[in-house]
Amino acid sequence: MSTPTSTPSFIELTTIVDQEDHDFADMQSRHFKARAKMSLENDTLRASFRGASDFLMGKRKSVFPDDEELEALRDRGEAARQRSLANLPDLLEQLETNLVANGIQVHWAETADEANRIIHGILDANQARTVVKGKSMVSEEIELNHYLEARGIECLESDMGEYLVQLAHEAPSHIVMPVIHKNKQQIARLMHTRATTPDGEAVPYSEDVDDLIGNARAILRQKFQRADAGISGVNMAIAETGTLLLVENEGNGRMCTTAPPLHIAVTGIEKVVQGLSDVPELLTLLPRSATGQLITTYVNMISGPRQKGELDGPEQVHLVLVDNGRSKMFNHPNLQPTLQCIRCGACMNHCPVYARVGGHAYGSTYPGPIGQVVTPQLGSAGGLAANGDMINACSLNGACGEACPVRIPLPDLIRNLRAEAVAPVATQQNGQPHVNGTGSQRSLGESLIWQGWSLVHKVPFLYRSSTRVMTRGRGLMPGKLAPWTNTRSMPKPAARSLHELARAADIPSVVTSEEQH
Amino acid sequence: MTITSSPIQRTCPAKPTQVYLMGTCLVDSFFPHAGMDAITVLRQLGVEVVFPQGQTCCGQPAWNSGYEDEARAVARQQLAAFEADIPVVVMMGSCAGMVHLEYPDLFAGHPEEAQARALAARTYEFSEFMINVLGLDNEILSIAQPPSADQPTRTVALHTSCSSRRGMGVAAQHMALATCLPGVTVVEPERVTECCGFGGTFAVKQADISAAMAEDKALAMDATGADVITSADCGCMMNIGGTLDRLAEQGKARSIPTQHLATLVKEALTGYAAATSGDAS
Repeated sequence: MSTPTSTPSFIELTTIVDQEDHDFADMQSRHFKARAKMSLENDTLRASFRGASDFLMGKRKSVFPDDEELEALRDRGEAARQRSLANLPDLLEQLETNLVANGIQVHWAETADEANRIIHGILDANQARTVVKGKSMVSEEIELNHYLEARGIECLESDMGEYLVQLAHEAPSHIVMPVIHKNKQQIARLMHTRATTPDGEAVPYSEDVDDLIGNARAILRQKFQRADAGISGVNMAIAETGTLLLVENEGNGRMCTTAPPLHIAVTGIEKVVQGLSDVPELLTLLPRSATGQLITTYVNMISGPRQKGELDGPEQVHLVLVDNGRSKMFNHPNLQPTLQCIRCGACMNHCPVYARVGGHAYGSTYPGPIGQVVTPQLGSAGGLAANGDMINACSLNGACGEACPVRIPLPDLIRNLRAEAVAPVATQQNGQPHVNGTGSQRSLGESLIWQGWSLVHKVPFLYRSSTRVMTRGRGLMPGKLAPWTNTRSMPKPAARSLHELARAADIPSVVTSEEQH
Repeated sequence: MTITSSPIQRTCPAKPTQVYLMGTCLVDSFFPHAGMDAITVLRQLGVEVVFPQGQTCCGQPAWNSGYEDEARAVARQQLAAFEADIPVVVMMGSCAGMVHLEYPDLFAGHPEEAQARALAARTYEFSEFMINVLGLDNEILSIAQPPSADQPTRTVALHTSCSSRRGMGVAAQHMALATCLPGVTVVEPERVTECCGFGGTFAVKQADISAAMAEDKALAMDATGADVITSADCGCMMNIGGTLDRLAEQGKARSIPTQHLATLVKEALTGYAAATSGDAS
């Protein structure tokens, strides 16, 4: 990477950053296919995601050198998550009891809006006006920052990636690496034009990673000291001990949960595990699958507010448990494995579609394969009606399912959601729980095509007649058949079908009974 | 609404005297000679072949698009066409995966469930059958067709489809089959495990994304310097080969002929010149 020889003008850089800001907002205002096309045509973005995917797949491979060991570990990870889900209602009750015993206040939110209201209520009751946030995808899911900012509360993201995304007025493009879509130059421009040092100066332009981190650290350090409250996510909530487990690499998570006098943790109800014995398995899989690390730099185990005689820690700790569609996932006969997810992001790192279009094309909090499965099922994301294209953006190649550390059958779940999306009304009324928007993608045209296809292929005579027409009429085939031939040559049918060739060669069509084994 | 059923367990049978060939609808219309080549190969290796004229399509396009009733109606016809209790050899990994892995789910809770599970258990992808059941290797090939001086040598790029690799788990069998062929140097493209972007209706429903994936795969294929691209999945071959044709028109890559693995095996068994081949070249 070349460093500019002369200092670029602040105005010029601001223009570029503002343009990127505008481009993001413009992209998000469009529908899925347009967003995907915009991403595909953006060479810088394509390079960022291709490089990130290759890098992260390589890193993961390097920490799982033994296939057999990896598969055994995935079995145990899957079993741990399935054990949790098998007892979810009981575990949640046990979690609440033990959290309360530890002095952590527990709140239940059925919807995204309710979660926001609860968090705002806690902040309001404590006159908290400034909040520092650790990384939390659930807070993104419920759009907490917007909610709080609209009510005059400053909400500062303190994870480096999230901080940059917030500076850029964008959304995370990856659940573990939120700013993976930006390269070094873009981040240097962003810091220089949008961030100010504690002294109120523009941050000096630098593409040096250590400079960038150092500048952000200086800004954040002061915010940690002064914040009225800290908000964090949770990676695992341990029912038997009433412990909140949080992994991170920057120490910002620990600062958010210990420096301010008030700590509010927010998480989905599926994150509960029974006991500490479930932790090693999942903690072995999570950082290895996410970033190829053996362990994260920080593993925080939060077991309550500051006790009498202790010198540090928050005076109050709250946990907000969010449903937002998760109970429905839990009760769905096929889609419950959605809740096994430990949010490592390996599925998106291995997804060839994600590698091409990047996270923002999905237009959802959770991108990539798990995003395609979770998003239509969330209470706050418009269901299948709003996410029909997203579930079709998958070639069912299976790379995600192969990478998932807890063996979520992601391709099966995507296929199941497609079936729900085009289900006829009769299927909707069989008394089973359904995803919001079942049947919403069913169109008369497409269902007629499939009915016609089915008729031709279930009657061998019709099928053979149709291939006869195609092979005989191959000279009459159109030269173009969009969209296939936009980028490919037209496939030419053979002169005779295999059915005809086999018949001509007297290949038997049926097994005579005496020849059977 | 489908129910996820328990996985099908099976062991490799001893060499049978008779098998069904499931041609698949793509091979039927676009690569029929590959199907005939597979029949020749099986017969030459001492296995009689039954090709049911009642077979049509495995039902996968509708199944993957969410049209489950329509898929089931078509799959039911295959249960009838392949009724006898003999192994089914499938020309494509994708369709083999549909029968072997998906039929149990497709028919779960339906009257044909037991029949579907039995069919799933005796269904094999072509290379899987050649290697695991017939034990085809270099020795068998060299007995059938002793190496000669005028043996053409070719560089063949192997494309193992995602359904063959991850669904059926037969990547090793693909490679074993390709590498035992005389006069063939097998190469694989960069990012060999990545999807070529075909994905059935995905190529139409998300055409832009599919095209971007296909272009990357096609360029990687070109970079191998291969004379031929081979695979047991014709959708991928039409996608990669078709994209290379277009890139060649634009001067960005070479057009490379595609041949089903069965055609290469037949050439090895019966001699290069005698091979029918040339379906899609």
